[in-house]
Amino acid sequence: MDVTKPAFVPATEKPLSWTARVRQVMEGNLPMDHLLPDRQPYYVGSWVYVFGVVTIAALVWVVASGIVLSFMGPQWWHDSNLGHFVNSVHFWAVQLFFLFMVLHLWGQYFMAGWRHGRAATWMIGVVIFGTSILTAFTGYLSQENFASQFIAVNAKDAMNGAGIGAFFNVLNFGQMYGLHVMLLPIGVTVLVVMHIVMVRARGVVKPIDAEGGARS
Amino acid sequence: MKLKPMGATQEEYYRGIRMVPYDLVKELVLAMAGVGVLTLLAAAVFSSPDVAPVTIAAWAQSDPVDFVTTATGELAGSTTSAGYGNPYNTNGEGQSWGPIAPQKWFGTRIPIDSANAYVIAPLQRAGFSNPDLGTALSTWQSASADQQSSWLDAYTKALATATVSNGNVSVADGDYGPLTVMMSNLLGVAQTGGLDGLLMINGRFYQTDYTQALLFMGDGSYLSGLADKWNLSGDLWGMMNETGLYPGQTWLWLYTMWYQVFPFNSDSGVIGLNAGNADLGIILLMTVLTAVLALVPLIPILRDIPRWVPVHRLIWREYYKAPRTSRAPA
Repeated sequence: MDVTKPAFVPATEKPLSWTARVRQVMEGNLPMDHLLPDRQPYYVGSWVYVFGVVTIAALVWVVASGIVLSFMGPQWWHDSNLGHFVNSVHFWAVQLFFLFMVLHLWGQYFMAGWRHGRAATWMIGVVIFGTSILTAFTGYLSQENFASQFIAVNAKDAMNGAGIGAFFNVLNFGQMYGLHVMLLPIGVTVLVVMHIVMVRARGVVKPIDAEGGARS
Repeated sequence: MKLKPMGATQEEYYRGIRMVPYDLVKELVLAMAGVGVLTLLAAAVFSSPDVAPVTIAAWAQSDPVDFVTTATGELAGSTTSAGYGNPYNTNGEGQSWGPIAPQKWFGTRIPIDSANAYVIAPLQRAGFSNPDLGTALSTWQSASADQQSSWLDAYTKALATATVSNGNVSVADGDYGPLTVMMSNLLGVAQTGGLDGLLMINGRFYQTDYTQALLFMGDGSYLSGLADKWNLSGDLWGMMNETGLYPGQTWLWLYTMWYQVFPFNSDSGVIGLNAGNADLGIILLMTVLTAVLALVPLIPILRDIPRWVPVHRLIWREYYKAPRTSRAPA
């Protein structure tokens, strides 16, 4: 063994491994004091800023009540008082989630929240909105009541007319229920986490005339 | 292109701006508690909608003439689903807009032969120990297409003046071939709940696909009549409504609105878009509008409106109260 060689090669002398590169990007973009800040610019005082966090809070209640409903099975919310109450919690949490999300969206629009490199955050927000609508739609189809019957019969024409119905059959309860309790909630949650990480990484945007325009 | 690390960017971005204490975790916990109280209160006070679903048995008992008329239509191929086109069959063109015809492109992915699915196959199963029905079915199946068509025409016309007695449908005397026996048996099976099972199970045990049963119910007028009572119909902004006084999918208001306005509510329409291909047209339109919403940061005028409309001055009123010279630097 050649003892004149150093035991390890300094990182600067050799390309970083993929793992080290990922770690470096994460540390550079999202230090903990950005992820969990305890100081904010003084202008972050409006109630508009609350709409984002209450949307997340409503989503937590939606997911929590949904987990209970899915664990107990589709008959439970029709056949027992407790099941119907949990179904009601799920129903109202969804209504609040959408109310807060729309207020958050309009608030961010009038604040031009996409400025200074935040366009992707806005775009992911719109994707979250669309995915949430699809998730809620499959939820309404999974209610197993008269409304879900008629919504399915009505909605099939829109899906079929656009060719979507060949793969996304709103009359198939099993398919709609599976999408509603598994794939779509995971999609919404992952997108929301990405959205929050992007917000925390960049920080909140400055007031509009701080740079003289609303452009990104 | 090398991106600047965002960590460095945030420090640079806020340089010179007064920072104040802020507790993110406390805000999140309080938000969850507040939203939880609101949700639990709403659930306890208002409950949630859960109107029982309609069964084929309830339909056949409540409106036997509509049931028999629909079943006869399935046999004649004159119902909505029988002539629908893809993805159920090839009996209809489906919707298209110029060369855009996705309904046709993806083919018959969920094949349903209406006459067989809703009338012949259930009767064959139900007629296992019913010789009269077996004979009627044999007569039907061995008849020529012209003969079948003649019986169907006569029976359909007679149903317009049909009467109901003890749940049975009676029509004026005429040459209906085996149809009277077939339809009275199908009605009887349906009224006992047998057709719900036959359409759902269809030779299987586990089943979660309601396509056949819902298409059949959708062909009749009983389901849509009940939907009218609950304000769920399309001309009443259907899909965004919910039974009772509950909020429905109000976030679908824009999508539902297009069905109420020109050209999607017009038979003639414009540039090939009309009521006949409204579903395709509106889905395409909403796809474009969603893309526009996502791309607002890149679209002049749309991205400038927030600067022109002074809502931001309300949101950041503390900031704008200060003299311009003492505001945060750019």
